[in-house]
Amino acid sequence: MQEVIKSAGIGKKFGETQALKNITFGVDEGEIFGFIGPDGAGKTTLFRIITTLLLPDEGEMTIMGLDCIRGYKELRRIIGYMPGRFSLYMDLSVEENLNFYATVFGTTVRENYDLIRDIYSHIEPFKKRLAGNLSGGMKQKLALSCALIHKPKLLVLDEPTTGVDAVSRSEFWDMLKKLRKYDITIVVSTPYMDEAMRCDRVALIQEGQVLSVDEPGKIREGFTRKLYTVKAPEKYKLIQALRDYPGTNTAYPFGDSVHVTFKTDGFDDTLSEYLQRMGVSGVTIEETRAGIEDRFLELMKKNANP
Amino acid sequence: MTNNKVITVRNLVKKFGNFTANDNLSFEVYEGEIFGFLGANGAGKTTAIRILSGLSGPTSGEVVVAGFNAKKQPEQIKKNIGYMCQKFSLYEDLTVKENIMLYGGIYGMRKKLIRERTDTLLAKLNFEEYGDRLISDLPLGLKQKLAFSVAVLHEPKIVFLDEPTGGVDPITRRQFWEMIYETAARGITVFVTTHYMDEAEYCDRISIMNEGRIVALDTPAELKRQYAADSVEEVFIKIARPANN
Repeated sequence: MQEVIKSAGIGKKFGETQALKNITFGVDEGEIFGFIGPDGAGKTTLFRIITTLLLPDEGEMTIMGLDCIRGYKELRRIIGYMPGRFSLYMDLSVEENLNFYATVFGTTVRENYDLIRDIYSHIEPFKKRLAGNLSGGMKQKLALSCALIHKPKLLVLDEPTTGVDAVSRSEFWDMLKKLRKYDITIVVSTPYMDEAMRCDRVALIQEGQVLSVDEPGKIREGFTRKLYTVKAPEKYKLIQALRDYPGTNTAYPFGDSVHVTFKTDGFDDTLSEYLQRMGVSGVTIEETRAGIEDRFLELMKKNANP
Repeated sequence: MTNNKVITVRNLVKKFGNFTANDNLSFEVYEGEIFGFLGANGAGKTTAIRILSGLSGPTSGEVVVAGFNAKKQPEQIKKNIGYMCQKFSLYEDLTVKENIMLYGGIYGMRKKLIRERTDTLLAKLNFEEYGDRLISDLPLGLKQKLAFSVAVLHEPKIVFLDEPTGGVDPITRRQFWEMIYETAARGITVFVTTHYMDEAEYCDRISIMNEGRIVALDTPAELKRQYAADSVEEVFIKIARPANN
């Protein structure tokens, strides 16, 4: 399999701020590759380097064999980019936006309509509407259509699902899956851990560094401690008590429960006695399987105190 | 959480011309409860929150927030609630202390009380050295924790949070939820709107809106059981998908 992106030791500074540090990864042809990390992790900076809009200070990156600095002219023709903030002209209609993007890339909507049919058909009934008057979900579909209209080989999507409701987000990921049959490689970023499972491989990124690159399932398996989910009606009391318990290694709130690891990887009767003494009642404890977010927390902690 | 109601909504209807944004909503929220208010884009959440926070009057129905009627006493409601959203809450070009002073002043707090609360707040967040820094110089996680503390500075009955932890790292996010738990434990009701269903999992109860109506309201655990789903996200996708999409 051919590597579509090959990044070795990419670094970027803005003044004193080290936005990216030694970023090394590879993206294979045809895969959906996700960058998962919080705001400020460096996702957008990295995507701007991939799309040739920003020059790295250090390291090397080749995209489909072309250097990301010297090959920028050719690369811009074969990359489709959907930036996080701006990609649509709000005062142009749906149809005008799409035509504009097609024209800029020297093609027509008709020529590549097949590629966008599944996505664009949802918004085509509103083609005369100004982009500014579309709902979040529809804007997202139009922006994706615009990024695809010149039939790119590599599609770069910067937080396409941020601020969009769960139904539209789920549909969006389904659409990305369908693009596979056109041999388009997709690089996508998101701050939401649960979306990692929709990718073939993901890179966890935090403070400008890649913490781990793997299939989402394997990243999960990287969490080797026994993990327990602890529940009680009074959540705040429960967390406080678990934090103070001498046998606790980590305790993090997770939805309706607290995810806990113990220093000895297990617990004994002293825990329930302790919780009772602290006035926490109705406690249930079960072993559970770690998710991506558990692993991310573990890696963040390791990274903070090496 | 107690049995005292801090929000009572009975048959709330809000129309804009022929369009019914809120179609006969009825629900209650309790003192110290963490209540999640969910719905797809355009389901009518923003309209309802504007009414609950005294910014807009209902077309019909009864809405009582913190003991005040939304139609007749919207100004009283505004004094008794706090609000924080992820996108904007603090003034970037003011310092931490200036922001606290500004918000305290807007809520009519005395200077002495503001000063006292500022000290407690900064100490609680381990923020003492940041007091004279500009907001724009703070990392995102700190900003968000501060924004939340400022939103409850005047000890409101209810605080409204709009996607409070969107985009923050997983550790900060958990520290933030611990702050929410602590706030709820001392009796302040936390009303959360979000698109992110894993935020919903933290709530005591959640409601899901679709096309102007509340289509589900219960604890996350009960909803998951009812819809045979593993997550609130699955529940949401099952019931909030509009029929014509």
